[in-house]
Amino acid sequence: MSSTGIYLDNNATTMVDPEVVAAMLPFFSEQYGNPSSLHQFGDRVGRALQQARRQVQALLGAHYDSEIIFTSCGTESDSTAILSALKAQPERKEIITTVVEHPAVLTLCQQLEKEGYTVHYLKVDKRGRLDMKEYIGLLSDRVAVVSVMWANNETGTLFPVEEMADLAQQAGVMFHTDAVQAVGKIPIDLKNSAIDMLSLSGHKLHAPKGVGVLYLRRGVRFRPLLRGGHQERGRRAGTENSASIVALGKAAELALHHLDEEKTRVRQLRDRLERGLLEAIPNCFVTGDPGNRLPNTCNIAFEYVEGEAILLLLNKEGIAASSGSACTSGSLEPSHVMRAMEIPFTAAHGSIRFSLSRYNSDAEVDRVIEALPLIIARLRKLSPYWGEDGPVVDPERMFAPAYG
Amino acid sequence: MWDYSEKVKEHFYNPRNAGILADANGVGDVGSISCGDALRLMLKVNPESETIEEASFQTFGCGSAIASSSALTEIIKGMSLEQALAVSNQDIADFLDGLPPEKMHCSVMGREALQAAVANYRGEVWSDDHEEGALICKCFAIDSVLIEETVRANNLRTVEEVTHYTKAGGGCSSCHEGIEEILTTVLAEQGEKFDPNAGPALPKPSSGLTNLQRIRRIEELIDAVRPNLQRDHGDVELVEVEGNTVYVNMIGACAGCSMASVTLGGIQQQLMEGLGEFIKVVPASELARKQARG
Repeated sequence: MSSTGIYLDNNATTMVDPEVVAAMLPFFSEQYGNPSSLHQFGDRVGRALQQARRQVQALLGAHYDSEIIFTSCGTESDSTAILSALKAQPERKEIITTVVEHPAVLTLCQQLEKEGYTVHYLKVDKRGRLDMKEYIGLLSDRVAVVSVMWANNETGTLFPVEEMADLAQQAGVMFHTDAVQAVGKIPIDLKNSAIDMLSLSGHKLHAPKGVGVLYLRRGVRFRPLLRGGHQERGRRAGTENSASIVALGKAAELALHHLDEEKTRVRQLRDRLERGLLEAIPNCFVTGDPGNRLPNTCNIAFEYVEGEAILLLLNKEGIAASSGSACTSGSLEPSHVMRAMEIPFTAAHGSIRFSLSRYNSDAEVDRVIEALPLIIARLRKLSPYWGEDGPVVDPERMFAPAYG
Repeated sequence: MWDYSEKVKEHFYNPRNAGILADANGVGDVGSISCGDALRLMLKVNPESETIEEASFQTFGCGSAIASSSALTEIIKGMSLEQALAVSNQDIADFLDGLPPEKMHCSVMGREALQAAVANYRGEVWSDDHEEGALICKCFAIDSVLIEETVRANNLRTVEEVTHYTKAGGGCSSCHEGIEEILTTVLAEQGEKFDPNAGPALPKPSSGLTNLQRIRRIEELIDAVRPNLQRDHGDVELVEVEGNTVYVNMIGACAGCSMASVTLGGIQQQLMEGLGEFIKVVPASELARKQARG
């Protein structure tokens, strides 16, 4: 599809669908009214927002369109949901989340700990799965909110959020899910779930950056993050980003239309890519829970090489992916998701995430299967862990550098 | 992604001296697998002349780690051991036309590998005294361990003091929250509370020096900070002292540096502590302006 490169980083962000761009453009030019205004200029935009709300409602299977609150991004939705639950129930001082959440939730929770809240971080096993017994044991009337991601951004592993929401409901605890990676990739039917709040981000489903949604089930107690105007029924003040909201509505409609393609064609592409790489490259393995994950994501750890080096060489070939290595983020340790699954350091730093979309093709997958084995071999030649034709015998002992 | 220089890219795409050096007689293994950067440096040293005839490396690491390893081997080939040991991590970074602040530790690792390999050649055991913390100040590549140690050693109380002592926080100031957290933790160890409104430590009472002694003392104190500036290719000279105003010239890289005012603040702090009185340090250009005004 793309003439400028092979884009396999759709969990980072996606191409804005040309139909989406077409839908939003008039809202930069002739449709400039403020939707709060009474006159025809405002009214036309107001109606467009209403339609966008219904389009998002349909994608999420929400009962009412008023349950959709437009925000500026997934992070804002996450913060709004968690802080609202705390403010609305000041007597509850605990939060349950997981060790593998996105920083949008994790960093907020760490800050809340400093402010005196108790945060329970559910652990994962080596396949990235939660222990439901641990979860059930933590639910109590001291917990203000459970916030658990639907799908992991790095591995694509799915958490049983619908079941967890049921359990929270039985315990009388609010349930929020960060579904930024799940929406548009797997079917979601909120009206038949006990999920109270859900975050999504426009740019992960072929809408532009700078727009998100917080789904808030009718009747759930709520306190806004931003107060001011009556926009979004007073639940999120600030003049609406109308062009982007219209775009997100269109993208939601297209996502619903293409949902089957995700679990058929996109999944097949992903599976073929994964099989091809595992067959062509020695000493690598899939991380996460391959039997229970997003159809577009595959995360492979290549042992004894470092992820940033892999990405730089892939980039030279015009291939875009991402890595859980420390260096790609400028931090000192590999991704918290890889560490939580106890992936050894020599593999975690070489983990590469390929995230596909409906715009990828068979030819692109072939190109990656052709290019990557050479890149890995080239870097392994430089690696102190690698011998002539495989890892050195007892690699951890043969190369045990002094900490520097 | 990273703002790598062309030279870094070139050394990453085409690393020099990569692979095993079969007849190496000095080997240094350094780095940390948890951080994702580790390096084996292999040297072939001529025992007669103690010069490095061959150098090669194997690196598990990112683009700049591989480029730094490659640069290191190019720099030290042909050097005597003494010359090689004088190579600093800044030399490695300079050879590559600079490294992003987050990646300076790759050049540090190169220098440590060199020390380790030479120690190994000499039959000594190299022990590393280097501990690296999370990067706090991205403008000047200052990590948490350095800030903590400096705060402890100098009883620092405020973000401003931390900036004067370490440069951390003197640029975009987005790390001030992080520095406040470090101050809170370190002060808590001493049973004290971090107070964001605390002023600088009170200057000690006046020293009772003669004018001549006082100016000599100012000269000594300024000389003491110069090596720090010279490391960054800058310098400072004393021009004039009027009452408690000290006029200086910023030279070299310091001249026109966007951080000059922070550097002046640091010098001011040192002078106040050394003299025990309030001192204002201003650029000599102010003196010229003042004289022009009459």
